[in-house]
Amino acid sequence: MNNLQSLSLYWPELILTATVIVTIIADLFYSDKKSGRTALWVLGGLVLTYAAIRLQDSTLVTTLFMDNLAFDPFATFFKTLIILSTILVIFISKRTSELDGHRTGEYYSLIAIMVFGMFLMASAIDLIMVYLAIEIVSITSFILAGYLRGDLRSNEASLKYVIYGAFSSGIMLFGLSIVFGLAGSTKFFAIQEAMWNLEGSANFAFTLAAIFILAGFGYKISAVPFHFWTPDVYEGSPTSITAYLSVAPKAAGFAVTIRFFNQVFGDGGSFLDPSLTTFTELPWPQLLAVLAVVTMTLGNLVAIQQNNIKRMLAYSSIAHAGYMLMALPTLSSQGVYAVMIYLVMYLFMNLGAFFVVIYVKSQGGGESFEDYSGLGWKMPIVGIVMTIFMLSLTGIPPTAGFIGKFYLFAAVIKAGPQLYWLAIVGGINSVISLYYYMRVVKVMFLEGETSETVLVPPIAVMLIFMALAIPSVVFGVYWTPIANWVSQSLVLYTQVI
Amino acid sequence: MDTSILSWIIWIPVIGMVAIVFIPRENVRMIKMVTATATGIQFLVTLLLWNKFDLANGGFQFMERAEWIPSFNITYILGVDGLSLPMVILTGLLFFLSTFVSWNISRAQKGYFALFLLLDTGIMGVFLSLDFFLFYVFWEVMLLPMYFLIGMWGGPQREYAAIKFFLYTLFGSVLILVAILALYFTCGRTFDMLLLMQTAPTALNGVMWWGMSAIKVIWVMLFIGFAIKVPIFPFHTWLPLAHVEAPTAISVILAGILLKLGVYGILRINYTMLPDAVWWFAGALAVLGLINVIWGAMCALAQKDLKKLVAYSSVNHMGYLLIGMAAVIAGGAVNDNNILAAQAGLGGAVFQMFNHGTISAMLFILVGVIYDRAHHRDIEGFGGLAAQMPIYSGIVAVAFFAGLGLPGLSGFVSEAMCFIGAFPVFKAIVIASTLGILLNAAYFLWAFQRIFMGELNEKYKDLPEINRMELFTVVPLAAITLFFGIYPRPFLDLISSTMNVIINTVASFGGIAGVF
Repeated sequence: MNNLQSLSLYWPELILTATVIVTIIADLFYSDKKSGRTALWVLGGLVLTYAAIRLQDSTLVTTLFMDNLAFDPFATFFKTLIILSTILVIFISKRTSELDGHRTGEYYSLIAIMVFGMFLMASAIDLIMVYLAIEIVSITSFILAGYLRGDLRSNEASLKYVIYGAFSSGIMLFGLSIVFGLAGSTKFFAIQEAMWNLEGSANFAFTLAAIFILAGFGYKISAVPFHFWTPDVYEGSPTSITAYLSVAPKAAGFAVTIRFFNQVFGDGGSFLDPSLTTFTELPWPQLLAVLAVVTMTLGNLVAIQQNNIKRMLAYSSIAHAGYMLMALPTLSSQGVYAVMIYLVMYLFMNLGAFFVVIYVKSQGGGESFEDYSGLGWKMPIVGIVMTIFMLSLTGIPPTAGFIGKFYLFAAVIKAGPQLYWLAIVGGINSVISLYYYMRVVKVMFLEGETSETVLVPPIAVMLIFMALAIPSVVFGVYWTPIANWVSQSLVLYTQVI
Repeated sequence: MDTSILSWIIWIPVIGMVAIVFIPRENVRMIKMVTATATGIQFLVTLLLWNKFDLANGGFQFMERAEWIPSFNITYILGVDGLSLPMVILTGLLFFLSTFVSWNISRAQKGYFALFLLLDTGIMGVFLSLDFFLFYVFWEVMLLPMYFLIGMWGGPQREYAAIKFFLYTLFGSVLILVAILALYFTCGRTFDMLLLMQTAPTALNGVMWWGMSAIKVIWVMLFIGFAIKVPIFPFHTWLPLAHVEAPTAISVILAGILLKLGVYGILRINYTMLPDAVWWFAGALAVLGLINVIWGAMCALAQKDLKKLVAYSSVNHMGYLLIGMAAVIAGGAVNDNNILAAQAGLGGAVFQMFNHGTISAMLFILVGVIYDRAHHRDIEGFGGLAAQMPIYSGIVAVAFFAGLGLPGLSGFVSEAMCFIGAFPVFKAIVIASTLGILLNAAYFLWAFQRIFMGELNEKYKDLPEINRMELFTVVPLAAITLFFGIYPRPFLDLISSTMNVIINTVASFGGIAGVF
């Protein structure tokens, strides 16, 4: 579609842009204390954006802006997921004590900009567009990570994030330029076509480019060895931003990775075939399998040693990226399907775990394991909810996390016996993760004594807890709606050559 | 009610649990009453089930089927046969009695009884579900309450014991999950265990993975998963710790029922879905059984803590059972005359499951009784209690004798059946395991002597006798032990049809797919 026609399918993004502008202007009129009200503008804008997405034809598959962006159910799925997580994070941000004393107008408008960037990530099918989208998300997250200006650790987080981000996007850009050099185009499907006609001598350059590009994607989904920024950034950032970074950009990162590998290295067969043929010379399935194993194992082994729960969750989110990566080497629609299911489940349980951390801290608690000692006796509801999130993150039935893992394992095992080892490694990693997740439960319930005064959170907090905990359990028992939604969304814009 | 009787058995405890959640935590009496009612009704329903059960039918009865997740072929299927029914009745009985064993739990009763009922649901679900996914969900659901029950209400080392239990069993579960999925994708994309029992034995014929037969690979994965629960040497190290640290009622459940889940899994899944590999593994199974017998007995002999002694006696008793299970191959094409041996072996194994359930439950309750009074369990620390607590001593004597397999008590019948069945196939192993029987008698008798004989320890001259509540929990178990010791017929009738089905399955697939 040409630029003008495209605008009619671009309403969600246009509303989002308007939201950003309105929020920034509105913030000018608020005093320091009332600056938090900008959250309402952003919330309203997000709801409108969501409505606009729903009003669009959900089955349409086409490209926008001269083949720069794809418009397909796959993108819509990720956009919906991103909006949902953003809305939850805004509610969570209203309850955090860390932002006290800061003007939050910029905070919320930056979040809205980030949403825009992630929308682009979910739909980009052009190398330049991919790069721009990733940079929009990255730069806004640098600022948000360092939002607590007076806090040294927040500054450190931001600076580390910038350095690692600049480095890995530089590498990615280098990879992209090699691809452009080989293919002569920046459009995914044009590259694919060029690749199939390429001479064998270019394979080395192409492999190199793939690895470089993977570095950029790996950085966004915090896969090992591109994860080094994660723990420090997650620990130093305001916890609400940590929660956000661990869910939304990661989902967008997976969207762009899946799209890129499917269209450029796969046969682009839009997942109608049970399994995709692959660009034969390049061992990228093996590459991804190794990446998955290293990512989850390292994430888990380091998470065990943490004494700070926020930092533990940071490493655990690395491990979760590893679990999801496990399904990509299967080269199957089932693998992508499993990743998408997992992202939905992961959204609730991970945001939930971080929200407990935020709430406990706002009640005068700390973030270390000692601070959680006996918490289950003092705040039984918080304790029970946290237990649900921890079990779900471990993947114990009947929780949502188990269903996510179940689909991942199923995808891996379906690919055939040659990948069974991957499923077993993933399983053993779940067992390892049980140790540190249960450690939270242990300090909450197995330590301390029955206390006379029981602290019940206020209604607003309870509602957020319920909004996160109920899906974490219900989707573990009945997930047909999710499964249907994901299978309808499993349509990517592709061009078959 | 007739058609949904199994669902009721599974979900009655959950109804009780929900009720408990709404009772204020100060109202401890009410919480206990609700628990007792829920487990009591559940037990009565299991008896009703026994009453209506068709003994001549070796297949599944009282089947229930409902859609669950059609996109993945996951269905809610329940059913009961002669293998699961005894376990269901045992579970109903032990949970009902354990409610009263738990009467003296002194803190956070609300949480305790809610988790207790959740555990009940998990265990019943495993025995009754016939959909692999459902089976797995229940299998995992019981881990969490167990973790908390050991970890929050247990002894001094409870935290370590609880996490060790959880890690061990979750490791096993992961292997089971991978095996389940492998079966799902290789045998026609179904979790329906009835279908899998038909397709799985042949679907994998000749399939090789990494140079090994696929049947063997899946068999071993499942076996390790279940062996951890049984526990079979060398996966038993979680058991003594968990049993010793758990509160009395939970030790009863652990030893009485949880260990049987592993055996049940092997018989239900390994034996009927992958019968071919049973032939390949039977020898190893018998050897593992022998190791369990000797190792468990030796460890029990060395214990100073009475509860640890009882815990190791479980390892010892599970060994007899494994030897009996291995005997199933006697019924194969090799020699048709030996079908009787197979029946004795497998029947003995299942009977031993039940008997160990009642006997070990009794032993743990009795250990709890003395611990509540003396606040220690050091075998050497007592002496001469027979004079002080004659009734208690008498019941302990019954339990100990049942544990060492005295003729006239049920343990003897099942152990003898295991040996009779295994003798034609594994002569050397059976002969060697008689050493275990000797040691078995030795550790029980020696412990009895040290605790109850000789001079009364001055410290304990005011020790009160066993009270009515405790008697109420022990006497039914002792009566069952005695009854089945003299007249095992009703139990054997209950299981025999299903045992024949399993023996036929194993026999008819023996050696066909080239496992030999």
